[in-house]
Amino acid sequence: MSSIIKKEYDIPANDFSLAGEASSNVRKLLTQLGVNPTIIKRTSIAMYEAELNVVIHGNGGKARVEIFEDKIEIFVFDEGPGIEDIELAMKEGYSTAPDSIREMGFGAGMGLSNIKRNSDKFVLESEPNKGTRVYITIYLY
Amino acid sequence: MTVKDFVQHFGYKILSCADKADKTEITGVYICDLLSMAMARVKDGELWVTVHTNINIVAVACLTNASCIVIPENIEVEELTINKAVEKGVIIVQAPHTGYEICINFYTKNLEFGDG
Ligand SMILES: Nc1ncnc2c1ncn2[C@@H]1O[C@H](COP(=O)(O)OP(=O)(O)O)[C@@H](O)[C@H]1O
Ligand SMILES: [Mg+2]
Repeated sequence: MSSIIKKEYDIPANDFSLAGEASSNVRKLLTQLGVNPTIIKRTSIAMYEAELNVVIHGNGGKARVEIFEDKIEIFVFDEGPGIEDIELAMKEGYSTAPDSIREMGFGAGMGLSNIKRNSDKFVLESEPNKGTRVYITIYLY
Repeated sequence: MTVKDFVQHFGYKILSCADKADKTEITGVYICDLLSMAMARVKDGELWVTVHTNINIVAVACLTNASCIVIPENIEVEELTINKAVEKGVIIVQAPHTGYEICINFYTKNLEFGDG
């Protein structure tokens, strides 16, 4: 099935004045489309966490969003340092965020679990020096 | 109880989007300074208390549908953050009280409202 809307966003590294813009734009789109508010919130949270990981850990990257009749697909990717131990990274509370980032309130180590909890399908692919790819699917019904 | 009712009664200061304050209902309070935790837990309409004043609090409040952000203990809020809040339609309130006192104030006042 072809998508209704297809969008691509640049996610700049370490730029907090723009961090969250992509998720916020998708939220607006979904609101305009009249999507169920609970689904909008789940999508926003999942995408925000993936976006912020690219800003904070991934040296910047991109997000591609496709909205279909029955689902939203989000692909967030970067060519940053990657993740050595995915299982460990998924653990709630685990974070490698430096102090300067923690001072802003990030680094709770809950981002990946927030994504998992709010998506219907969640795939994380990463290897050291090969970047990180996050695939999120959320069904509309 | 609306943001306006709450803020006016306790003399708190609205730093952004004051025009929305009488149309925005507060449904409860959530206090946390970990952004991902707030992201996960703030329920629609809740007032979120945080000591962070950086620009990132606006996205969290916006994406979680918080009724407003309340900055306790008269902490100054960066202009960049206020501008972003105006852009995103997020109400930021500055209060002289601690998080604990803000909670109690909300609880007490909200009971009164419930009694009509
Ligand atoms: N895009 C990414 N690139 C490199 N490392 C990442 C990326 N996303 C997550 N990580 C790693 O996984 C850890 C846990 O991520 P997360 O649960 O979002 O918590 P936090 O971002 O608060 O540290 C991060 O601290 C980081 O080490
Ligand atoms: Mg994270």
